[in-house]
Amino acid sequence: MGLISNGTTIFDAGAMSVGGSMVFIKKLTASGSGTLTFVDGASSVVLDDTYKEYLFTFNNIHTSATANFSFNGSDDDSSHSYDVVKTTTVFTAGHKEDGSASYLDYDTGQDEAQATDFQNLSYGIKTGNDESLSGYMHLFNPSSTVFVKHFIARTQYTDGDYSQNGHIAGYFNTTADITAIQFKMSSGNIDAGDICLYGIA
Amino acid sequence: MGVISNGTTLLDAGALDAGIATGEMTLITSTTLSSAAANITFNSGISSTYNTYVFKFMDIHPATDDSKLLVNFRDGSTAYDATKTTNFFRAQHRENGTNGNIAYRTDDDLAQSTGAQPLTMDIGNANDESANGSLILYNPSNTTFVKHFAAESNCVYSGDYSMNAYIGGYINVTAAIDGVQFTMEGGTNIDAGTIKMYGIK
Repeated sequence: MGLISNGTTIFDAGAMSVGGSMVFIKKLTASGSGTLTFVDGASSVVLDDTYKEYLFTFNNIHTSATANFSFNGSDDDSSHSYDVVKTTTVFTAGHKEDGSASYLDYDTGQDEAQATDFQNLSYGIKTGNDESLSGYMHLFNPSSTVFVKHFIARTQYTDGDYSQNGHIAGYFNTTADITAIQFKMSSGNIDAGDICLYGIA
Repeated sequence: MGVISNGTTLLDAGALDAGIATGEMTLITSTTLSSAAANITFNSGISSTYNTYVFKFMDIHPATDDSKLLVNFRDGSTAYDATKTTNFFRAQHRENGTNGNIAYRTDDDLAQSTGAQPLTMDIGNANDESANGSLILYNPSNTTFVKHFAAESNCVYSGDYSMNAYIGGYINVTAAIDGVQFTMEGGTNIDAGTIKMYGIK
């Protein structure tokens, strides 16, 4: 049953037609987690052609070991191997707490060229109790079977006494649809923090 | 018809009550090309209703290889030629692992120019190549201040590069901005793509 008020359809067919366009889908909270994974169709996750853009937010990602926070995609619906070929760019602005160092550098050691590796979203996060990473990543049209899949991310994190601001972008170089995204640390676990997934209607 | 629950009006006159949380990012309009077009133009719906407008461009595919997506603004007349001063920098990395770097692009900035502003680097037009990103336009209806905007994009450059561009600037007028137009470099067509306009309160 739908509901029409003053000629405007408020809701119908199980969906609201008024309200905001940034739709919360799923929150995963780490607790000594080896991986945090969003799989379309599992555990209420939507990662399909429902939305043309998806937004992941990272909130206070804390690592169990000094490591890089990283992600990969899966275009394999059956085994969900996380090894999609990608080409990326990475640059970082940094500033030390004592003011003795600052920089804006392209990170040739962090980018990928047609590689299946996990893409780093940080270059080192330390384990201090008050140290963590926060940020976001846009993933565009993951269900397209015509175009490669672009992503743009920005992270802010503590690396010892440095404030680090990372800019990561690139594309999954495949025309197969991306149906899952996995996050993990390059070593150790995601000790704490959460990742939220939103659809942009 | 309205809906009142426990004495509280939930909706009436075609709208949810202002006290109900709905999210504050609202889709205003969306254009998906069904065939190639010279431009995608938003000439209504930009007003003081929202302080901030966000344009999401998704899988923009040019008709001509090596073409940039451009934007320009209307400030009261019928022409999209508002004066702008802007900056543009980009990170790049080639699929063969070479040319990873970041650079300011003097060819793609504007200094008090009425010309259109690039939002991407040169997009390839192979079948799977495209550009994605977003443009934020701040307070376009203000008649006191200049109008700032910021954009970021990622595209497949025609030479098999991942190109991540960052653009900022201001429209140097105090007149209200009431239209935004997207075109391709050189007056060529946008072969395919979607651009959505959102308002943020």
